[in-house]
Amino acid sequence: MSATYNAMELMICCAARLLEDGKTAAIGTGAPCAAAMLAQRTHAPHLVILFEAGGIAPQLPTMPISVGDSRSFHRAVMATSMADIMETCQRGLIDYTFLGGAQIDPYGNLNSTSIGSDYVRPKVRLPGSGGANDLASFCWRMVVITQHDRRRFVDKLDFLTTPGYLTGPGAREAAGLPPGSGPYRVITDLAVLGYNDATKRMEIHSLHPGVTLEQVRAATGFELAAREPLTTTEPPTPTELLLLREEVDPHRYIIGRCYTGHS
Amino acid sequence: MDILFQGDGALLADPSTGHARQFFADKPRALIDKVMTVAEAVCRFVHDGDYFACGGFGCVRIPTAVLHEILRQGRQRLRFAGHTATHDFQLLCAGNGLGQGQTLAAVDVAYVVGLEARGLSPHARRVMESGEIACTEWTNYTLALRFKAAAMGVPFLPVHAMLGTDTLRHSAARVVACPFTGEKVALVPALYPDVAAIHVHEADRYGNCRIRGPTVADLDLARAAKRLIITCERLIPNDDIRQDPDHTVIPFFCVDAVCEVPYGSYPGNMPYEYFSDEEHLRQWLSAEKDVEGFRAFLRKHIYDVSDFTEYWQRCGGLPRMQELRRQEFLLHRGL
Repeated sequence: MSATYNAMELMICCAARLLEDGKTAAIGTGAPCAAAMLAQRTHAPHLVILFEAGGIAPQLPTMPISVGDSRSFHRAVMATSMADIMETCQRGLIDYTFLGGAQIDPYGNLNSTSIGSDYVRPKVRLPGSGGANDLASFCWRMVVITQHDRRRFVDKLDFLTTPGYLTGPGAREAAGLPPGSGPYRVITDLAVLGYNDATKRMEIHSLHPGVTLEQVRAATGFELAAREPLTTTEPPTPTELLLLREEVDPHRYIIGRCYTGHS
Repeated sequence: MDILFQGDGALLADPSTGHARQFFADKPRALIDKVMTVAEAVCRFVHDGDYFACGGFGCVRIPTAVLHEILRQGRQRLRFAGHTATHDFQLLCAGNGLGQGQTLAAVDVAYVVGLEARGLSPHARRVMESGEIACTEWTNYTLALRFKAAAMGVPFLPVHAMLGTDTLRHSAARVVACPFTGEKVALVPALYPDVAAIHVHEADRYGNCRIRGPTVADLDLARAAKRLIITCERLIPNDDIRQDPDHTVIPFFCVDAVCEVPYGSYPGNMPYEYFSDEEHLRQWLSAEKDVEGFRAFLRKHIYDVSDFTEYWQRCGGLPRMQELRRQEFLLHRGL
């Protein structure tokens, strides 16, 4: 298959393929939502979507703008409270969450609070945790979808908003976070990455078609191992692209937001 | 119980259940008519220096009219619960750094500055990056949990979030080992706002309220707040409430003021009523880029406007509201 596609379309397809049928996913707007909608239309019709404001199992007619807007509980089975959603996560019922951030470190920790070394007068004040810290603490598997560059992939965060593996093996459990939970995959415009079982550091699982290992390492501000055997990411199938373009995001709100250079 | 770790963020409100009980002991319980204008409600119940919180989810079911009135009446040095705050925080920030004194003095941050997928508010960034607002960090759930503790009348609740992060370090939470299981948990203190504003679908004149769609943290916020201003899309007869009491989510004795404000969440979304006005929200973000331009924008939309109805009339009036109703029901998609 040599269908042309852009990096965002590939990232959404990679994210969608992670989501198994019958699992639960607490998601936000944008690419994660597109991934969940695509998964439901392909291999995971019984994937249950939850939005942190209170929507449970909506049948999304179109992508929400806010995780609390009317789309986020359209034809849902329940419109409840944020505490009910978060407590469902804390009880251990939610398998996946998708997050993003301005910075990510080798252990999958995320910064969405501030850029700059001075917390009181930051260079850029970002929104803060929102529900990210809660979801990353409670859900079994945290997936990050992000652009891949040295500004984002840093050795040391300016602010650790949301927990990944913190400082490495055993650190989550030592801090009191639920055992067995934690970062799972990072999907970027260059590669799909996971975490080494022994070191809990990020490592490359597959390179997107046409991308080299050197290219990924050059775009990463920390030492990055590659899992053996390193594979090439499966490109989107014609069916995935058709569903994504015609049903999930016909107005190209998300898939039109193409990262440069890797289409 | 030994404290294993303690965040260095300031506690911005008194978590004492005893002090709150003293306050609630004197709160009127009578079934009395509380209908008034938003201007009167803000004048009577929002004071300089208060800890203020508002309901909804940023651009969904927010009490916009109360926020406008707080700016028009020039309230100063408020402390604020930045819980899922987007357009609401953007509005309050408009009272800082523009020659109107300082509306906001301190914020419990869970989510501020951003408008979700719409981007960051340039003016809220200016205000926050200047260092003039004292911040304590939390998360959406832990702030909701702080309202829940207050609503329950207990001084704190435990949670398995925030642990191991800078969010915890800049919070006022404390970490202890559970006396039953030994698990480490963060304890978050009860949060009793001095005053809260919540926009609901329907209320009777006494303050019995109905909400449709996600309740976010509002049922706990309503019970945690010492004073509560309700704005509603529609006033309904008390008899309707009594015919169907299982639809009541906030009882009258929590409420101090009831204001009928049709389109009261505009430019936010009101579930089953009207969708958000994305075009107008983009105008806000764009107007904020330039300080002088933003001052003129605020004069046109808030300071030179007598009340909330005049605001939405300046934003396209009934034809615009009808269009947003069509969007809410997906009628614009031919459904």
